[in-house]
Amino acid sequence: MSTTEALPQAYGRVIDPYSLGRDRRGDAGGGRIYVTGRGEGGPASRRVIVGFGFWIFLLSDIVMFSVFFAAHAVLQTETAGGPSGRELFNPSHIAIETACLLASSFTCGMAAVAIEARSQAWTQVSLLITGLLGLAFVVLEAGDFATMIREGAGPDRSAFLSSFFAVVGLHGLHVSAGLLWLGTMMAQVFVKGFRPDILHRLLCFNLFWHVLDIIWVALFTLVYLVGALR
Amino acid sequence: MSYDWNVDVAPGFMDATRRSVRQGITSYLIGLALAVALTAASFYVAYTNLVWAPGIPIALAALGIAQIGVHIVFFLHMTTAPDNTNNALALALGVVIVALIMIGSLWIMANLNQRMMPMDQIMQMQR
Repeated sequence: MSTTEALPQAYGRVIDPYSLGRDRRGDAGGGRIYVTGRGEGGPASRRVIVGFGFWIFLLSDIVMFSVFFAAHAVLQTETAGGPSGRELFNPSHIAIETACLLASSFTCGMAAVAIEARSQAWTQVSLLITGLLGLAFVVLEAGDFATMIREGAGPDRSAFLSSFFAVVGLHGLHVSAGLLWLGTMMAQVFVKGFRPDILHRLLCFNLFWHVLDIIWVALFTLVYLVGALR
Repeated sequence: MSYDWNVDVAPGFMDATRRSVRQGITSYLIGLALAVALTAASFYVAYTNLVWAPGIPIALAALGIAQIGVHIVFFLHMTTAPDNTNNALALALGVVIVALIMIGSLWIMANLNQRMMPMDQIMQMQR
């Protein structure tokens, strides 16, 4: 028996019976070319591996955030006689910050569309608007923090404020780091063009930015809106 | 090249379904409109008397979770299609851990708080 006979006839085109969530619909048309990432077909494409790995990192980042959220939720009423959320939070500021971040998430999506169309100009414009909106958010938030600390409502005032500055500050740090990454990506796209490795980095940045907006949704709901009820 | 059902995609993939630029922008616009509507609803519920006061945190949590869902579907392009199974499973694990941490912390701390002796009595015992 030769080695070629030992291989299944449909080698390279076979469907892995052990893979999760596969449906066999596509099989009838015979349209599939290759099985990637499940044994016979070799590993998945680099783009999928990079994206999935970064997604795992982002989920671990979300888990870290959830610990800060839990601490804040527990300490939200522990004001130690100091100011409460109702007295401190300015709803119009929170609304503007939310609008900035949501709009930047949208323009980041527009950048993804532009990247898919390989349009250098639209990619740069979309990323620039994304960055400016993100910068506006960070500046507004830093201004709010400075005002609170000046009025004696800094992180040392009460357990409520310690946990507030921890969770909101952690998100602010993420956005600031994202802005540095964004600037780097704009330069890389400009100099190196749409190379595969640059596209991988853009995909990861896109995911990172959208996840920051998702965390902000939890933040303005749990910390600001629920906090203002206390 | 036609779309191959047997190839995995990572979250955020735009090219997986070979959408045109117009379709891509439309999808993001729908997501944006839904997200704006849900955000506005959250702020409205929090700062008006529309909802019975003790129910406001629950209403806000529901609106927040709905908006996170909108972001995941329209911005991260996550689906329940076979090619997304790995991403969805990872997300499910993340959701379980986050729920354990959040609900567990609130539950345990509320329980401890309830069992704790009032502060003035502790002070009295320490004398």
